[in-house]
Order: sequence, then C-alpha cells, then structure tokens
Amino acid sequence: MRRALQSLVQLGAPAVLVIAVGLVATTVSASNEVYFGNALVSVAVVVAIYVFVGNSGVLSFGQISFVAVGAFAAGVMTVPLDSKKGVLTTLFPVLRDHTIGNVPSLLLAAGLGGVFALVVGLPLMRLNGLAAGIATFAVLEITHNVLQQWTKIGPGATTLSLVPETTGPLQGTVGALVVIAVAFAYQQSRLGRQLRASREDAAAAAGVGVHVHVQRLWAFTVSGALAGFAGALLVHQLGSITTEQVYLELTFLTLAMLVIGGLTSLWGAVVGALAVSGLDSFLSQAEQGVHVLGLKLDLDLPSGTRLVFLAAIMALVLVIRPSGLTGGREARLPGLRRHG
Amino acid sequence: MIVGFLNLNFQTLTDAVGLGAIYALMAVGIGLVFGVLRLVNFAYGQLVMAGAYTLAYTSGWPLAASILACFGVVVGLSLAMETAVFRPLRGQSPAVMLVTTFAISFLLQAIALILDLRNDQLGEVAASLTTLAQPISIFGAQVREITLVELGVAIGALLLLALLLLRTTIGLHTRAAASDFRTARLLGVRANRVIALSVVLSGVIAAAVAVMLTVQFPLVTPDFALHDTIIVLVGVVVGGIDRLWTATLGGFAIGFVSGLLNGLLPTDKTVYLPSAVFALVILVLLLRPQGLFAWGRRAAVPDRV
Repeated sequence: MRRALQSLVQLGAPAVLVIAVGLVATTVSASNEVYFGNALVSVAVVVAIYVFVGNSGVLSFGQISFVAVGAFAAGVMTVPLDSKKGVLTTLFPVLRDHTIGNVPSLLLAAGLGGVFALVVGLPLMRLNGLAAGIATFAVLEITHNVLQQWTKIGPGATTLSLVPETTGPLQGTVGALVVIAVAFAYQQSRLGRQLRASREDAAAAAGVGVHVHVQRLWAFTVSGALAGFAGALLVHQLGSITTEQVYLELTFLTLAMLVIGGLTSLWGAVVGALAVSGLDSFLSQAEQGVHVLGLKLDLDLPSGTRLVFLAAIMALVLVIRPSGLTGGREARLPGLRRHG
Repeated sequence: MIVGFLNLNFQTLTDAVGLGAIYALMAVGIGLVFGVLRLVNFAYGQLVMAGAYTLAYTSGWPLAASILACFGVVVGLSLAMETAVFRPLRGQSPAVMLVTTFAISFLLQAIALILDLRNDQLGEVAASLTTLAQPISIFGAQVREITLVELGVAIGALLLLALLLLRTTIGLHTRAAASDFRTARLLGVRANRVIALSVVLSGVIAAAVAVMLTVQFPLVTPDFALHDTIIVLVGVVVGGIDRLWTATLGGFAIGFVSGLLNGLLPTDKTVYLPSAVFALVILVLLLRPQGLFAWGRRAAVPDRV
C-alpha cells in the first residue's frame, strides 16, 4: 500500500508540475506563451537524456544528436507540399513529394531516434567513463556535420522554415507527460532496476548476473526514441530551425539542467528543466525592466546580463548543492519515509 | 615522389606542427589539473580567452608589459577558479565537476561579451603582437616566425615541466597525488600545495597559449579558443588522460592531424572532414579505450563516470 502510494507520488509529482505549467501557459499573453512552450519542451528533452545518463551513470554528450534527427525528420516531413516543392528542391524525391500529419511526424521522429540510438549504441555501449563521453560527443559532431552538409535529406546549412507550429500549451503538456510516463515505466521495470544497480556498482551488478552493456543499450535506445520525440516537439514549437540550434549549446544547457535538478532522479530532471528555463525566462523579462509593486523599474542592464546571471546561478547551485536541487531523490510526500 | 610531395606541402607541415604544439601545451594544462583533481576543466579555453582580451586591451603598452599583464590575469583567474569552484567541489562526481566548469565557461564568455560590446563592436584586435606573425623564409618555404616560437615554447615548457615533476620534491608529491590522492595525503603530501602548484602551472601554460594564439588570430571574441578546447579535450581522452605524457601526445596528434588534413585537402572536399575525423576518434576509442598511447597498462584509477 505504502509502496503503491510512493510510486503514485513519484509519477504524480512531476506530472502535476508539468500540467500546472501547461495550464498557466493557456492564461498568459501570446508573447509570453513562448516561455512556457520552451519550458515544456525542455522537460521532454531533459527527461529523455535522464533515461540514459541518470539511470546508467554514464555521461553522454550525444543525446542531442537524436533530438536533431527527430527535429529535422519531423520538420522536413510536415512542411506543406506546395511550399516544399519551391523551397526544399534538393531533397530525395520521396521526401520532397510526400508530407505527413502532426502526430505521424512525432511518431516518425521517435522511431528514427530510437533506431539511430540502437545502431550507434551497439558498438559504443562497451565504453565507460570519459571514453564513453567523448565517443558520444563524436556522434554529435558527425550528426551535426552530416545534417549541415547533406542537402538531399534536409535544408543543409540554411534554415528549415514553414514547419507547422503545432506545439502549443496542449501538445507541449501532453508531449512532456508522455515522455515522463515512458521514463517512469522504464525506471520501474526490471530493466531499469538492473541498470541502476550497475550504476551504483558495475562489478557487483555484473556479479549477480546483470549484463551491464545490454542494459545500457536498452536505456540508450529508449532515451534516443524519447529524444527524437522531443526534437519533433521542439521543431513544431519553433516553426523553423537550424542545425546550430540542436548542437553544442543545447547539449550543455540540457545537461546543466539535469545536473542542477539532480542527475539520478526523474523528479530532478523535471525540476531542473523547469527551474532553469523559468530562471532564464525571468531574466530575459528583467533585462527589459523589472516590475516591482506595479512600478516599472528600468535597471538599464546591458544586454547579455541575463547570460551572466544564468551562468553564475547555475555554478552557484552546483557549488552549494552538488547533488542538485532535489538531491537526486524522487519526489515523496512529506512524512513518508523511504524504507517501506 | 614522396620528397616532392613533402616539399610541396612544407608550409602545411610547419603549420600543422605549430598547431600540434599549441594543442599539446593546452593538453598539458588540462592534464595537470585532471591529474590531481580528477576534474576535466572545460573552462580552460576561457582562461586563454581572458589572456587574449588582456593582450588586446593592453595593445598600447610596451610588448613585455602587455604579455606580463596577460600572465598575471590568467594565473590570477586560474587561482580564483580553484578557490571559488574547484575546492568546494573536491571529491564530487566527475559529471558534476564537468558541468560546473560548463557553467563557469558560459559565465566567463557572457562577461567577456558585455565587456567587449561596450564599444558596440564585437571583437577586439591585439595589434601589438602582429609583428611576430611576419613570414620568414626557410628552405624556400614561407614560415611565420610564430611557428618557430610556438615550437620553441612548447618544447621548452615541456622540458621544464618534466624537470619540475621528475627532479623536485614538489614534483614527486604532485606525481604521487596524481596516482593516488588519498594515500599520498596519508604519507604527508600537502594537498593544497600540490593542487595550487598544478593550477598555477596550468594557468601559466594557458597564458603562453593565449599569447601564441593571439599572434596568429589577432581578432579576439568571447568564443576565442572555445573550439580549440573541445578539440584538445577529445585529443586528451583519445591519447589517454590518465598520464600526462599520453595526454600531451594526444593533444599534439589531434592538432597535427587536423592541421595537416585542413592544408592538404581542397576546400570543396573538406565539408565532411569533421565526420571523418570523429569517426576515427570513435574507432580509436573502441579499440583502445584506455588511450591510444597508453601501452601495456590499465588505468591508474577505476572509471568513475
């Protein structure tokens, strides 16, 4: 009974938080809605990364490759046919002459992300430590390079635009909830528990019969599929995208969100994503002037101050609380003890 | 035939060696701190960037004073980083330390951007150093003086460092701490002194790199040396981060190879060059995860990421 309640809280708390953000998003003005959209998509991306990095304890800089593949697949396939033939002339004919709906594009992105992760993970999941980090980073570099140069599969170095902007508050919320639910189902499963055992002690886990590499590959594939899905949400939120937007900066920012929230829990991933994107939105508002008690305070900050504060606060949180805002623990009701 | 090929590309070769020398120095700077703290300092490039801005802002000063200011600023910043960030994080997981240095790197870039944009123009030019970039002629090939300086500085710095680490007591302490920090402390090695030494040395190296890079690329922007740092980090891990000399060789190798490929291939063929280089990186990591140059031994410390 207590255990069931605990599980309910572990899944319920992140879900309630995301739904709350989604509900607030429907009440704000159109110009502010973009902040909430960003926050919801960030939740999806960070939770997708968490599924692999958080459960396995292996650092990966490569998950944004799957976001990029998902974003460009969903984007290229949903540009309306009549404009596509004019803009994306260099595509393979099969890509140029077909277009698909919103939901199929999300599923396509998830499928591609998962398959790509599986293929890449097969050799790479044998690696540990920094070697794994650098190898996954190499995957990011290759993905970026190919997406930027190969104009038969996408727009190349130019901007992909005219993508239907279907990720509003509803799709953002539902999308983030789907990612959270899959991540939760995975970490509660036998597979997820085996992988977390290997995170705590790889040798001991192997000793009791856990195939560490196989378990990592499972997590990498699930994470890749979720990342692809999150990429599709992203492109449908932005409406236009370049390869630079799904590259280094997004990699560092989302990893920072995960670590700031707490690397080892789903709750940490959600809290970290919402806290950092909330702070970022607040600071970019503040840069244009702060409203205190109805008075507009013009601080006359030089542009770029936002980034200084954002980075300083991120560093400060990590120095003061290295285990993250949640301490890497799952959500639990106050008074409910963990041993149950 | 081969000689003709080499002669044709003597310029390319010297440029590649020069880039390799700079990357080797950066690899030493990163490897020194990793050795004692087990911390991959992603913000290392921003130390170089700070040095480059110092050179640009002191362009009007006498050259020696300008370079001295660069060393002062970089070593000071390096020590400040140690006290404010590395020290509280000692013993934390590598992921947390690495991500914190991401944040520090962002922070320094953001500060540089604000300082730089005061005159509404991105980028500052370090004019006083450009004399060093004049080409001179060796064996009929144009070699920029700075390439020779780079080689000289790199070799000199590595020799001095080797002497320091192998022939002095503090060097012995540093090596002991790098191979097993806890045991070294039990045996009386003073942790803070060893760490301070490594941090200062890595700062001095960053300043030297700043001077040399600024001579080659006088336009200084907030992302100065950022790309180089990423490439060096890749090289360091590919070479073998657990020992200083394998890390250094890795840095040199990746600098030399990218310099060579860039010079040899025509521009229209280089668009997929990053893919080829990083595919090679993956291959090497799969075949030799302990490092390309780490022959015949396992890692001194178990993997902790």
